[in-house]
Amino acid sequence: MSEFHGNSSLDEAPPGFSFDNCHRNAMIEQVAAKSNSVLPTATKTGTTIVGMVYKDGVVLGADTRATGGTEVCDKNCEKIHYMADNIYCCGAGTAADTEKTTEMISSQLELLRMNTKSPSRVVTACTLLKRMLFRYQGHISAALVLGGCDVSGPHVYQIYPHGSTGKLPYTTMGSGSLAAMSVFETEWRDDMSESEAVELVKKSILAGIFNDLGSGSSCDTCVIRMDGTTEVTRGAVAPNPVAPLRAAINRSSKLNIGKGTTPVLSTTFTPARVTLADVTVTEMEQ
Amino acid sequence: MAVTYGEGVDSGVIVGADSRTSTGSYVANRVSDKLTPVHDSIYCCRSGSTADTQAVADYVRHFLAQHAITLDSKPQVKTAAYLFQKLVYNNKDRMSASIICAGWDPVNGGSVYCVPLGGACVQQDFAIGGSGSTYIYGLMDASYRVGMSKAECIDFVKKTISHAMARDGSSGGVIRLAAIDKTGVERFFVGGNDLPFTPQ
Repeated sequence: MSEFHGNSSLDEAPPGFSFDNCHRNAMIEQVAAKSNSVLPTATKTGTTIVGMVYKDGVVLGADTRATGGTEVCDKNCEKIHYMADNIYCCGAGTAADTEKTTEMISSQLELLRMNTKSPSRVVTACTLLKRMLFRYQGHISAALVLGGCDVSGPHVYQIYPHGSTGKLPYTTMGSGSLAAMSVFETEWRDDMSESEAVELVKKSILAGIFNDLGSGSSCDTCVIRMDGTTEVTRGAVAPNPVAPLRAAINRSSKLNIGKGTTPVLSTTFTPARVTLADVTVTEMEQ
Repeated sequence: MAVTYGEGVDSGVIVGADSRTSTGSYVANRVSDKLTPVHDSIYCCRSGSTADTQAVADYVRHFLAQHAITLDSKPQVKTAAYLFQKLVYNNKDRMSASIICAGWDPVNGGSVYCVPLGGACVQQDFAIGGSGSTYIYGLMDASYRVGMSKAECIDFVKKTISHAMARDGSSGGVIRLAAIDKTGVERFFVGGNDLPFTPQ
């Protein structure tokens, strides 16, 4: 029997930055320069994300605007990412980087839970994230607010793209972080109740939405409680609804094509004939 | 900064730092803890890039833990400082890390080692580092005395860090201290309102 393989995903990742895509990127830039075309800008989440600890858990909040340069790419994107049942992570920076980084660490956490048969700790997620981001020396543009509850209590961490971390009772990240932090610094108290905490988070995200150009649309919140329950609310506050704007546009009635406009002349139904392969089972040699 | 006090095996060190981490002109963390334990009685004061120093301190903590198992006793502060030196020197073109390694071990008592940006490793009676250190070299040279008592040393560290915080924009927040001697580590906290010296 071949040698037993331990969990290869938990083994040390190859050291150093992986330069595989640098050659490809250089080629793309050459082609673009020759044909005078404009390269698409990476979708960023110029963002307001916040996290805070309250009496019985943590509350995370995020706005929902994704920008590519000065254009809004997505008016309702999800910036609060699932890491584990008791751990969620808000991401600012390049949208693809935050999405894929949190996904990767989320799957590593799941494998670790299977191996250790115990729930994930927030500090584990933080360490896995910071090790990966440091390895890429800041080229992965992911600024994260990680929050969750575990056996040792509720925790909130801030993680920067270069791999530094800070553990705080409340924190904000993203382009709207200054606006949101001003709200927190004025009104955060130790041991707030859940409703007070959620109100404060909503207030700070709204400060980012209205005072920062990179943040906008609506506010998502996520409450993670010490008793193990979690509540993710998409659009907890939606001060910028799109429906009234759309309704105000007068479109030609030619564009409203009702069902039944195209007449059906005839209908035929032919069942597809699929022949299954011949399957025989033989016992493996011992 | 880190300062030695006392004599022989009764000696110890006081390590102290401010708590401001800044990204450009914004204070990212106003209550950060720059005093990081790498072993039971060995601490390091981190300055420079937070990402780099946190990563280096994690590596040293890992290697020192393994070393302590094979040695079957408390590792020397000199060893921890040498591990810092190896990492900082060999990666000097990729990193911005300036570390002060200080602690107590049964062989040498309390000792302080400075590992600045280039990766030198120098033992000193006291060491200061970081952007605010430039403002307190004179104060240190004038007021440090060999063989201070623990209480005198604590006041000395509090005072000098306050002076640095008063003049340097990148230093501020609160003062965190740790007293390390043969009985272990005792941590102190001085809030922003209780600083011994504030700008007038």
